[in-house]
Amino acid sequence: MMDKYSLPRKIAIYFCIALFLTFMLLPFVEMFIASLRPLTHLFHRPELEVGETMDFMDFISRFWSDKMSFQAYRDMWVTVPQLPRYIFNSVFLATAVTIMSLIFVIPAAYAYARFSFRGKSVSLTLFLAVNMFSGAVLLIPLYKLLRMYGMLNTYWAMIIPGVAFLIPTGIWLLKSFLEKIPYELEEASFVDGASRLYTLRRVILPLAVPGLVVVGVAIFIGAYAQQFLFAITFNQDRDYMPLPQGIFEFIGYQDVLWNEMMAASLVGILPVLLIFLFLQKHLIAGLTQGAVKE
Amino acid sequence: MNQFIQMFKPKTKAQTTTLFAWALIAPAAIYMFLIVVWPLVETFRLSFTNSNIGTLMEGHDYIGWANYEKALGGRKFPAIVSRTFYWMFLSVGLKMILGLIGATLLASNIRARGVIRALVMPPWIIPIAIGCFGWLWLYNGHFGLLSNFTEMIGITDGPFSFLGYKQSAFYSAVVTDVWIGTPMVTLFFLAAMQGVPRDLYEAAYVDGASRWYRFRRITMPQIMPTVITMALLSAIWTFNSFEIIWILTEGGPRGATTTLIIDTFKTAIFSYKFGAGATRAVLVVLILGVFSIIYLTVLGRVSKKFGYAGVTK
Repeated sequence: MMDKYSLPRKIAIYFCIALFLTFMLLPFVEMFIASLRPLTHLFHRPELEVGETMDFMDFISRFWSDKMSFQAYRDMWVTVPQLPRYIFNSVFLATAVTIMSLIFVIPAAYAYARFSFRGKSVSLTLFLAVNMFSGAVLLIPLYKLLRMYGMLNTYWAMIIPGVAFLIPTGIWLLKSFLEKIPYELEEASFVDGASRLYTLRRVILPLAVPGLVVVGVAIFIGAYAQQFLFAITFNQDRDYMPLPQGIFEFIGYQDVLWNEMMAASLVGILPVLLIFLFLQKHLIAGLTQGAVKE
Repeated sequence: MNQFIQMFKPKTKAQTTTLFAWALIAPAAIYMFLIVVWPLVETFRLSFTNSNIGTLMEGHDYIGWANYEKALGGRKFPAIVSRTFYWMFLSVGLKMILGLIGATLLASNIRARGVIRALVMPPWIIPIAIGCFGWLWLYNGHFGLLSNFTEMIGITDGPFSFLGYKQSAFYSAVVTDVWIGTPMVTLFFLAAMQGVPRDLYEAAYVDGASRWYRFRRITMPQIMPTVITMALLSAIWTFNSFEIIWILTEGGPRGATTTLIIDTFKTAIFSYKFGAGATRAVLVVLILGVFSIIYLTVLGRVSKKFGYAGVTK
């Protein structure tokens, strides 16, 4: 009964959802339309006669052409031959950052979730405080550091700083998941004579899998979404460029090949996008289970 | 030597625990120290020097507070600070409101819920820069959908370049920032809403409470800890937001979208004034630190008064 809606209310709900989704998806629609149009049509703007105002048909004719095709999706691989490499780099960098972050995050989050010890709250606060700083304010010393170790223009130039800015969030998220695993299980394991590390590996980790997945996914998204700043400052080598940096090549030529640039953007984000759309249900379930306080 | 080791040997169970806990935390702590804390100290040191592209090789000189005097005395600085806070409050406020509305809509009992939830996610899970390319084209005065749409319905006459004028560029950047930030906020709020025990709603429903009343008196208090946490996180991220503004406007036109982060990047990386850039970075850190302390203090008071639990747990 409680979840039933009256008809006007139902219409209102669907209308609001439609508005919300329009806002969320509009740029993708625009990118898709642009990718289908030939360059000549893209930069074509029929002039209105003096005194004439634009009507709906004029609007449509500016975005719809008979010559629409998927040509740009074929040409883009020729214009920017490295495109597959850029797509791979993006996914590879995000994966590497996620794995490396988790290696640091798991033991620390476990310590914060399980023990009370001297300096606990102070160090946790310090971790979170560090989270406040953006990479943008640390670029100069980071540049020196990376140059010192010969890491400029390698994958490391983007992985090393990327990991640092995701560790605090990771610890904070995973800690709240681990706190929900009953302590009795560990005690039972100790009583049976297992060591602390064995307990962590064999008792806690398997139980923490749903939480780990959510934290891993959150870190992955963070790493995948923000590849631009460190890439443009620390890496000039085309072999290691992530997609957002590589896409800029479409701008470098005589004309900006907007249609191919949009096509490449859409194709480039597709692999990760598809995986997440399928994972969506588990992601929300996982978030509900752990990250949110009861 | 043996005595030295003996000194650190744990004597009680509490000490063993402390030692073990710190051993687990150490890798993360050391990593953060090397990659964030040390560069921060180095930035602080650089802020007192005249380091720039020319002095990179032969070394730089210490010039005391000169960089600070220049930065703080500049005509533009107060404007940049207030613009940054306006940018942050406006954008975070919109993200919170849209997030609440979105989460409420997605939590309602409708058909195709899974598909609709999935369709909200894309702006969050694509590279920010790629999303910005889409908006760049959308805002284009001659060929973009928006300008042509506003022309059709008669709001503008003729092409209107959204990123070409001071005010419209600023608000356009805000819209893009909100677009990127809203999905995550929405999904976290949705998760929090689904964690609210159902019997609370049922009891209220039996007592004849309206939907709005139930939202105000049950949903809001229950999800408040999540709202507070998300607000702080998103305030920090929005304050630090770089890519969106850089790709859309590079801080222009005529500085209309230059926030503290953009100003820092421009000075340090674009003009190669490393010392002056470091000074701005230090100021950003100080301003953000003060803001967070104020936020957490106010929050501490509020939560005591209303009985909300802590922020970070």
